[in-house]
Amino acid sequence: MSSTAVDVHGEHGGRGFLAWAARWITTTNHKDIGTLYLMFSLLMLFVGGGMAMVIRAELFQPGLQFVEPHVFNQMTTVHALIMLFGMIMPAFAGFANWMVPLMIGAPDMALPRLNNWSFWLLPFGTGLLLLSMFMPGGGPAAGWTMYPPLVLQTGDAFPFMIFAVHVLGVSSILASINIIVTILNMRAPGMALLKMPMFVWTWLITAYLLLIAMPVLAGAVTMLLTDQFFGTSFFEAAGGGDPVMYQHIFWFFGHPEVYIIILPAFGIISQVIPTFSRKPLFGYASMVYATAAIAFLSCVVWAHHMFTVGMPLGGQLFFMLSTMIIAVPTGVKIFNWTATMWKGSLTFETPMLFALAFLFLFTIGGFSGLMLAIVPADFQYHDSYFVVAHFHYVLVPGALFGAFAGAYYWLPKMTGHMYDEKLGKLHFWLTAIFTNVTFFPQHFLGLAGMPRRIPDYAPQFADFNMISSIGAFGLGLAQLIFVWVVIKCIRGGPKATAQVWEGAEGLEWTVPSPAPHHTFSTPPVVE
Amino acid sequence: MNKRLLARAGSLSALGLISASSAWADWQMNMPVGVTPISREVFQLHMLVLTVCLLVGIGVFGAMTVAIIRYRKSAGAVPAKFTHNTKAEVVWTAIPAMILVGLAVPSAQTLIRMEDTRDAEVTIKVTGYQWRWHYDYIDEGVSFYSTLAADSNRARQLGSGIDPSTVENYLLEVDNPVVVPVDTKVRLLVTAADVLHSWWVPEFAVKRDAIPGYVNESWFLATEEGTYRGQCAELCGMDHAFMPIVVRVVSREEYDGWLAEQRDLAISRGY
Repeated sequence: MSSTAVDVHGEHGGRGFLAWAARWITTTNHKDIGTLYLMFSLLMLFVGGGMAMVIRAELFQPGLQFVEPHVFNQMTTVHALIMLFGMIMPAFAGFANWMVPLMIGAPDMALPRLNNWSFWLLPFGTGLLLLSMFMPGGGPAAGWTMYPPLVLQTGDAFPFMIFAVHVLGVSSILASINIIVTILNMRAPGMALLKMPMFVWTWLITAYLLLIAMPVLAGAVTMLLTDQFFGTSFFEAAGGGDPVMYQHIFWFFGHPEVYIIILPAFGIISQVIPTFSRKPLFGYASMVYATAAIAFLSCVVWAHHMFTVGMPLGGQLFFMLSTMIIAVPTGVKIFNWTATMWKGSLTFETPMLFALAFLFLFTIGGFSGLMLAIVPADFQYHDSYFVVAHFHYVLVPGALFGAFAGAYYWLPKMTGHMYDEKLGKLHFWLTAIFTNVTFFPQHFLGLAGMPRRIPDYAPQFADFNMISSIGAFGLGLAQLIFVWVVIKCIRGGPKATAQVWEGAEGLEWTVPSPAPHHTFSTPPVVE
Repeated sequence: MNKRLLARAGSLSALGLISASSAWADWQMNMPVGVTPISREVFQLHMLVLTVCLLVGIGVFGAMTVAIIRYRKSAGAVPAKFTHNTKAEVVWTAIPAMILVGLAVPSAQTLIRMEDTRDAEVTIKVTGYQWRWHYDYIDEGVSFYSTLAADSNRARQLGSGIDPSTVENYLLEVDNPVVVPVDTKVRLLVTAADVLHSWWVPEFAVKRDAIPGYVNESWFLATEEGTYRGQCAELCGMDHAFMPIVVRVVSREEYDGWLAEQRDLAISRGY
């Protein structure tokens, strides 16, 4: 944030760069830490996005034009790790830090110093991961899933990658402990669990998922480490180990991770749609139960990522059915959001536009997810561009649009200024259009037989790849508009009222905009 | 009854897509129907679930669009106050669940047939290496490596200056293709020698991971002669994109002739 933010929030003395840096490094204020998370996430959007641009440039036409295959593999691997651990998870952690205390009427997070540490681990973990790309033998290139035995062929970057994953994991675990403790202990009088805003609910459930999943990932990569350096054979067939066991352990983390990423977005959408429909969220209780059901099911579907490994028939049937069942609570959420708009009074400010695009496009990702659950058909879809299209549809118009919706929704509360609505809408339309231009043709590529994670392809795939690449460049450039909107909004703009949005309800809209450095020192009373 | 209706709707929309894809060979948009009974079943399933998704999508997106248009504040919409409707919520929980059952049953049936590798006439052991395939015709004494064709390999180098479109079957051609007889059940025993690979030929609807220490089974029965191409489908390092699979399905006589030729070759090489 700029110096005006220091003036508004300033409580530390001193002037100049050192004082400014010391303030941000040592801050224990939930709003400061939230801002740090969000700014870091925005930076990583461009780091991970830059790698995506390299990928799409190489895939613009058949033949190798720009990078060697090994570099290409590093790009796909690190793009994914950065976007997941460096961009989207910190973005939602930032919103949680800023908004959870405001929404439940708490003065701050329960464990402010731990909060500071949770954030500051993040740049170091991500930095380690990025720097490992410059080590002899290149960076991690075995895919973000880090499957052995291939991952054991990583050069000197190998232990650094593992350590980076550990650091990022510790950061997430500490943050989620903090969020759980805050939500369970620091609610204002009268704020019963079933009165909490949906965003708080989704984060509570997400935090538990993180606690379940992250240690499992840490265990899996630690076993890789000991296989490599200490002579164990957890995953080495030659020593009596089992490469498929790694996949089971990884996806026991990996599938809950998918919902760790999407549930907070569900939460934001559940705040935004009622606000701009001027009507309460439809089926609040069933939304809570659906979220909990999705979280539970996410822990028992992991092997649908590995139908082709040759599981027994019974195993395949179980994972097919459990996966299909997820469509039910997810459907409930989509229907409830639609019913919230039904007979409402809708306006279409930028947060609402992103929420509506989320509704349409995330549903497309849900449909392809259902298709992927059908095991016999999955044998065709698996590891093809169809899967790439599927998960980008849930991650970009799903998680990322959720984050954009949240950013536009809460920016006035954070900065005290309204953002530039015209620029916001421009950002939205370009993003929404280019997202589809980028990812929709990838469905066709996958169905026609193009495998994922390849730097070069047969000429019959050329046309759709070129369209996809053009879309990706447009999508990348459009994000510069967002940066400009944020900068402009921090520096000035029409003054935001406390309520900001006509239809906004909840405790965060009762404090002035920008939210003062300390809020709810005396807890509010919820009726 | 519902299921059959849906399957029929599926094949109808399939027809539309096939004719579209044959019009622009380079703009293939849909899964190939393939040349095995299983691949046809898989295609049917794919079209069935796609059709279900399209129908549900029309309903859901339709409702969203109506809400967006009809309940605009600018059109003077006044917000209602309702917050839930138990009847509606039960309906939209129960109906998707029933549709899912309708999808699960045919899927499970096909899956059970796919997993039945009994009574195969030809058995081929497929081993994935970085970055080529090895094929071993069990009981026939024929085995060979199958590597990316030389002209593709030259053209695919960074800055080769060769236009890939001038290379026939760029990246999808090998030196030694797999040869199998038509109308014969061929069993595959898939494994790997170094890292994970995956043997994928879309026209057969076979994708099976090759895993060190595992011997995975799969099978296909091709009913049409021809040449079918696929690629490694599991990231296996630097040259993952450059270890294609080519299978020639030939008549029984031609297959026997090919086997004899391969055996002679092996003898002359002193194996």
